[in-house]
Amino acid sequence: MSELDIQSRPVRLALLGAPNCGKTSLFNALTGGRAKVANYPGVTVEYRKGEFDLGGLSLELLDLPGVYGDCGHSMDERVAIDAVRGKLVNERAPDAILFMMDASHITTHLHNFLQAKNYGLPIILVLNMMDMAARDGIDIDVTQLEAQLGVPVVSCVAVRAAGRAHLLDFLKAWTGEILRGSASYPETETRTLKDLQAKARSITGATVSRIEKVDTFTQKIDKVVLHPVMGLLILLGILFVMFQAVYTWSGPVMGLIEGAIGLLQTGVNAIVPEGWGRSLLSDGIIAGVGSVIIFLPQIIILFAFILLLEASGYMARAAFLVDTLMAKIGLNGRAFIPLLSSFACAIPGIMAARTIEHERDRITTILISPLMTCAARWPVYFLIIGAFIPASKVGLFNLQGLVAFGLVIMGIVFAMIMAFVFKRTLMRGKKSTLLIELPSYKTPVIKDYLRGLWDRAMIFMSRAGRIILPASIIIWVLASYPANAGSIRETFAGKIGAVLEPLLKPIGFNLEIAISLIPGMAAREVVVGALGTIYALGDNLGDNEAGLAATLQSAWSLPTALAFLAWFVFAPQCLSTLAIIRKETNGWKWPLFAFGYLFVLAYIAAGLTYHSALALGL
Amino acid sequence: MKDRFSLYTLPKHQTARITGFELSLGDSETRLREIGFAEGDIVKALHFGLFGRNPMTVSLNGALIALRKSDAQIVQVELI
Repeated sequence: MSELDIQSRPVRLALLGAPNCGKTSLFNALTGGRAKVANYPGVTVEYRKGEFDLGGLSLELLDLPGVYGDCGHSMDERVAIDAVRGKLVNERAPDAILFMMDASHITTHLHNFLQAKNYGLPIILVLNMMDMAARDGIDIDVTQLEAQLGVPVVSCVAVRAAGRAHLLDFLKAWTGEILRGSASYPETETRTLKDLQAKARSITGATVSRIEKVDTFTQKIDKVVLHPVMGLLILLGILFVMFQAVYTWSGPVMGLIEGAIGLLQTGVNAIVPEGWGRSLLSDGIIAGVGSVIIFLPQIIILFAFILLLEASGYMARAAFLVDTLMAKIGLNGRAFIPLLSSFACAIPGIMAARTIEHERDRITTILISPLMTCAARWPVYFLIIGAFIPASKVGLFNLQGLVAFGLVIMGIVFAMIMAFVFKRTLMRGKKSTLLIELPSYKTPVIKDYLRGLWDRAMIFMSRAGRIILPASIIIWVLASYPANAGSIRETFAGKIGAVLEPLLKPIGFNLEIAISLIPGMAAREVVVGALGTIYALGDNLGDNEAGLAATLQSAWSLPTALAFLAWFVFAPQCLSTLAIIRKETNGWKWPLFAFGYLFVLAYIAAGLTYHSALALGL
Repeated sequence: MKDRFSLYTLPKHQTARITGFELSLGDSETRLREIGFAEGDIVKALHFGLFGRNPMTVSLNGALIALRKSDAQIVQVELI
């Protein structure tokens, strides 16, 4: 290929390396985080592409999932290896490899680099976090290392501009060589893994000196955080504070948003003449979308915690702490991270299950992921808890926060029970393993952290726009016509809901709930928007400003509200979740199974809750 | 010849040297090697899970690795 042909497209560099070595930080820093593939916070399980300009040269980076060797034991590792080998569908092979390594772990990981020389591409070794390595008393003779490895070695601190400068200078020259076809290719390594390790150890023996420190910063913290009893208590404490904070810190801002929505409705009512147009805007769009947007502050606080736990290095420790329980139910310890991601949304969670090696463990994890309390459930919980559970204090704690915490725990407990059942029936198989590296504690990079938080808020808001808005309009139409309908029951929506009503009546659900559950298939929080629209329309008494919560207080009995909460612990209805299960399992079998078992559990749980509450005289 | 035993039975805060890997079903040895366990490396048992020392963490050349009993039993060590 001539030089001109190659220059017409960017030089493609693959970022390869072990998990937590800073690939994503470097990717974000160089590309400004403008990735072309949807990026969910947490573990990278898909590759991401991003372009940037370097002194007139156009470069493209591939951010790949972390991988230790070249075997590809799990789905995400295979993505990384396939990407480097140019075997990804619709993607050309990279032109060269940037092999990243946490400098502190060079002794442990250098053989992985030797393995990577065999991909047959120009390759350099990027030693990241050189500052932390120096702090931990590790001194690397880079010149000597370069000579022994026979490839360029560049030191780097990916999270700081000054720390990247040297790498960028190097890349400028190197990509030029790659374009001209003059970049050198590494010698291949023909030894076995065992011999490669021996070779790597002899290289590090000659080039790395380590002043053994008695206690590093991370070790001191881990004495407490990884303590079998204290560690679990701390983890429980962190989760508890997280749910308390979601309630207590969000109040004032939510009040402001609620006020703004009320003002908007008043404004619309003043400007737009009485008629269908005003009703569509005020009762359909503003009431529907507004009833979901109001939960933005709580979503942001929730993610502020989750992202902080991830960025600080705590998440892998949480996986270690709960693994002892996971082992008891026969689940893979790595399942913890997908399950925790599912608290944001089951979709990234189900994708993160790709890190699990054994197929049966992966499918078990996928099946129970929807039981984690995803962000779409929060609007429902917030609404019902806010309306029906008093904000009183129980000792030090807020009762509403306690109930939310209880619902989350209920989801987790049932996930564990179901995993236990699945592993002993449908999913019998090999023993699971854990085998993860616990990264050193890090101060999160503020920019990456805020970007993650911003992305999350935007995903929530764009869902409000893409899903809730059209759903609100459809519901408004169905619940407003025929125009002569005297009550909700006589509208189109009422007639559709009436089909489901006999099925849902025994568990305490009324017609309005039946109606809202149908569009709620699109996304769980649509239920809130739908209820907002249905009750705004039905509210002919003119007291529109009281808000949905106040309306529900008078329209629903406490047993119905509690049954509704219990239903949403399981909530089978979410088309996107079912679609991603289909994609990740290559067929309809598992999504249909997931829907079926969740529906049965939801129905039983709501029914039991309703009738127990009635029996207790609530 | 010093006594060899499995990493799983290494007492807390005890340091040992890896001597080899017990034959195992599947590719456990490959995965252990890939993440960094090798003959001659020094390991130290650090933390244990609540039930039955499972999982455990060991420090290995400055890295902290968590592994389950089934994998720890494959790694053979001797006291130094």
